[in-house]
Amino acid sequence: MAEPVLEIRGLCKQFGALRASDNVDFDLLPGEVHALIGPNGAGKSTLIKQIAGEIMPDVGVIRFAGRDVTGLNAVARARMGLARSFQVSSVCGEFTVLQNVMLAVQGRLRRSYRFFRPALSDRRLTDPARAAIARVGLSQREGVRAGDLSHGERRALEIALALALKPKVFLLDEPMAGMGPEGARSLTGLLDGLRHEAPILLVEHDMEAVFALADRISVLVYGRIIATGTVAEIQNDAAVRAAYLGEEEAR
Amino acid sequence: MSRETMINATLAVGLLAVAVGAQAAGWTFTVTLATKVAILALAGVGLNVALGFGGLVSFGHAAFFGIGGYAAGILASHAMLYEPVLTWPVEIEGTRAMPAIWLMAIAASGLAALVIGALSLRTRGVFFIMITLAFAQMIYYFAISWPAYGGEDGLSLGMRNTFPGLDTLDPLSFFAICYVLLMIVLGLSALLHRSRFGMALGAARQNPERLKSLGIDPTRVLLTACVLSAMVTGLAGALYADLNRFVSPAMLSWQTSGEIMIFVILGGVGRLFGPLAGAALYIVLEHSLGGVSEHWQFLLGLILLLVVLFARGGLVGVIAGERRHG
Repeated sequence: MAEPVLEIRGLCKQFGALRASDNVDFDLLPGEVHALIGPNGAGKSTLIKQIAGEIMPDVGVIRFAGRDVTGLNAVARARMGLARSFQVSSVCGEFTVLQNVMLAVQGRLRRSYRFFRPALSDRRLTDPARAAIARVGLSQREGVRAGDLSHGERRALEIALALALKPKVFLLDEPMAGMGPEGARSLTGLLDGLRHEAPILLVEHDMEAVFALADRISVLVYGRIIATGTVAEIQNDAAVRAAYLGEEEAR
Repeated sequence: MSRETMINATLAVGLLAVAVGAQAAGWTFTVTLATKVAILALAGVGLNVALGFGGLVSFGHAAFFGIGGYAAGILASHAMLYEPVLTWPVEIEGTRAMPAIWLMAIAASGLAALVIGALSLRTRGVFFIMITLAFAQMIYYFAISWPAYGGEDGLSLGMRNTFPGLDTLDPLSFFAICYVLLMIVLGLSALLHRSRFGMALGAARQNPERLKSLGIDPTRVLLTACVLSAMVTGLAGALYADLNRFVSPAMLSWQTSGEIMIFVILGGVGRLFGPLAGAALYIVLEHSLGGVSEHWQFLLGLILLLVVLFARGGLVGVIAGERRHG
């Protein structure tokens, strides 16, 4: 088996009496889309935040690209090639689409301390930024303030930011959140193309998208991973059906 | 040319015209007032880098203004007495040459900002305001209780410091020095705003969490902005000391911090020429109404209130309309 890009062992995080992560083991292999599903409040976002370095686990180890990153902060992990998208679109609303993505390029190049040259005429920033914008289909909107974008366009911008980082891993926290069926389908197509650049940890509620994209699925309930397997295995897992999928079929 | 560019050009040409016209008419006091506007605007341009571009509400910029002032005063007083300022670890001689004084003022205020900023940036919001104020007050009380440089009475510079090839005691020559420095710094500030660093700084203000996820540390960006901001305000402090040929702890007081902030807010937070518009309005009000009533600051307060409530873009914003981005 190939060496996992992202390897999580024995991760625990407790908020008061709430066990948000309860001895979580999780692997992300090269080239795969590994979906993380679970009911609301299962601790999916808490897990993403611990992987991104925004909150620190109480116990456990996170290894990324062959290195123990448990003690590193979010900036250091981003620089190592961990790109995350946010569940609620998190962009710079006053900046244009192009400026937002240029910032990601600038972060990747690690050359932010340049004080004189106008950034907007710097092709080392604009060329890669425009390429990422084109990938997500926002080329017509590159001059629009991010704050004025529609919800769906902002979701696409989130993906463009992650793309522009040319990461080793994509951490996508509910990229479909709030999208209509039409938008969700086109976004699914886009994400399907991403897997060739880097493996994806996909947190998603949209089961149609999860089943279409995922190579493997892990199910998180009350902070515990109760099952990990292929789409077919998860669909036929009795415990998963009881805990999660069953709720939808019962409707 | 956008409307804001036209306003900026009008402000720049207007200030120059007032000074040159007043000199021609023999109104030296008006030349001095125009000089004061240029210097205070420069202090505001400094604060605008932190407050306007970076969203850092520093209530301690008097510290840097005063440090710049004392750098000028201390170097000049040592030059008068032919005593070195420091003999260890490096020997620093006193000097009356403005360029050397400016460099020292910029270095000293930048260094102070590095320390104050590193400690203050552990907090944000209202705590940042309070901690910067606390640092400025510490320096204020230190200056008051330090008899070597005049303590509470302040320090006289005697003659104005010198600039090669110019008679600095001629009001228009000194105005020209301050005006050119203001324009240079405004130009640098415009470049900074459009640069990669300016973009990172704007992002640190709007969405620090996002910036972190892109591998850029917002705290480092903001600390750099603090240092640059303080350097400019420190330079303005050195010029202010030369304008008055006198330095006192009043330059370090929290009222001074408030005034610099008022220039920025009146003119328009984050607007390139906002501090110039704000400082000009402040000085005009002070000298037109100050003669009528000593309560002129009541009216200033009223205007400030109106700007904050109805015109967040300040004077420049009211005339130029919605801010354009990109």
